[in-house]
Amino acid sequence: MSQTAELLISLALVMSGLFGFVGSYGLVKLRTTMQRLHAPTKATTLGVGGVLIASMIYFYAKTGHISIHELLISLFLFLTAPITANFIAKAYMARNLRGEDLPPSGGAYGWSIYDDAPDGAPTAPPETSKAP
Amino acid sequence: MLMRLIPHPLLSLTLILVWLGLVNTFTLGNLILGAGFGLAIPMLTKAYWPDRPRIARPLKIVEYGLIVLWDIVVANVQVAMIILFKRERTIRSHWIPVPIELTSAEAITVLAGTITMTPGTVSATLAADGRSILVHCLHADDPDAVRDDIKSRYEARLKEIFP
Repeated sequence: MSQTAELLISLALVMSGLFGFVGSYGLVKLRTTMQRLHAPTKATTLGVGGVLIASMIYFYAKTGHISIHELLISLFLFLTAPITANFIAKAYMARNLRGEDLPPSGGAYGWSIYDDAPDGAPTAPPETSKAP
Repeated sequence: MLMRLIPHPLLSLTLILVWLGLVNTFTLGNLILGAGFGLAIPMLTKAYWPDRPRIARPLKIVEYGLIVLWDIVVANVQVAMIILFKRERTIRSHWIPVPIELTSAEAITVLAGTITMTPGTVSATLAADGRSILVHCLHADDPDAVRDDIKSRYEARLKEIFP
């Protein structure tokens, strides 16, 4: 393997280690659950991405073939990470926040965690779905 | 006839490409097998996925993907900077309601995923009628600018892809 490839691989690995560390440090440092949610959804994406780039360079330098598996891993990561974050956010809101803690949605219906969806009627009067 | 055989050409193409990526070698046999999956899976799942969105401009997807990819890199650096160098007392988090004009469920899903992956924002929930999306912002001096940015940078492009 050439010197350049080794240098690039180490750079990618160091970068990924740094971002992975920052993501985990954010979990310790930030105060509220919603703030902590930001650290793992973003800072770690580049952490995993760095390892995948390093892996692609390594296999290209070693075998001469371009490996596609890494691209698929990042594709699946982009599909799953937002959904996980969304589930955590919704569970947190359902347990700890009430509808009044949040800004209004600006439409006729409130946020879906607290309000029922309109049942087919396109112009239902507002504020009818609130629980007594 | 061709439409019935291939109800969703883009889905078929994606399945073929993902299959070729999974086996990681390009041979004629794998291409045929992948094409078999690309034909069979959309037909078998057609009944369970009604009202598939029509994609108006497939090339716009590539542009959108590249923009989002770049924004993800920027987002990583920005969030890392906030975590490392900002005093926790000076971090001002906001809930930002963003009105959305997209109507198809698929388009809204893509928008919500994009918001979560990009600078300092996580999409939390939708309004009950799907007309606005609640975004949590890690740190923003001007919440209105974040809202306008989401609308002009991502939603406008998604509206071209999913008319």
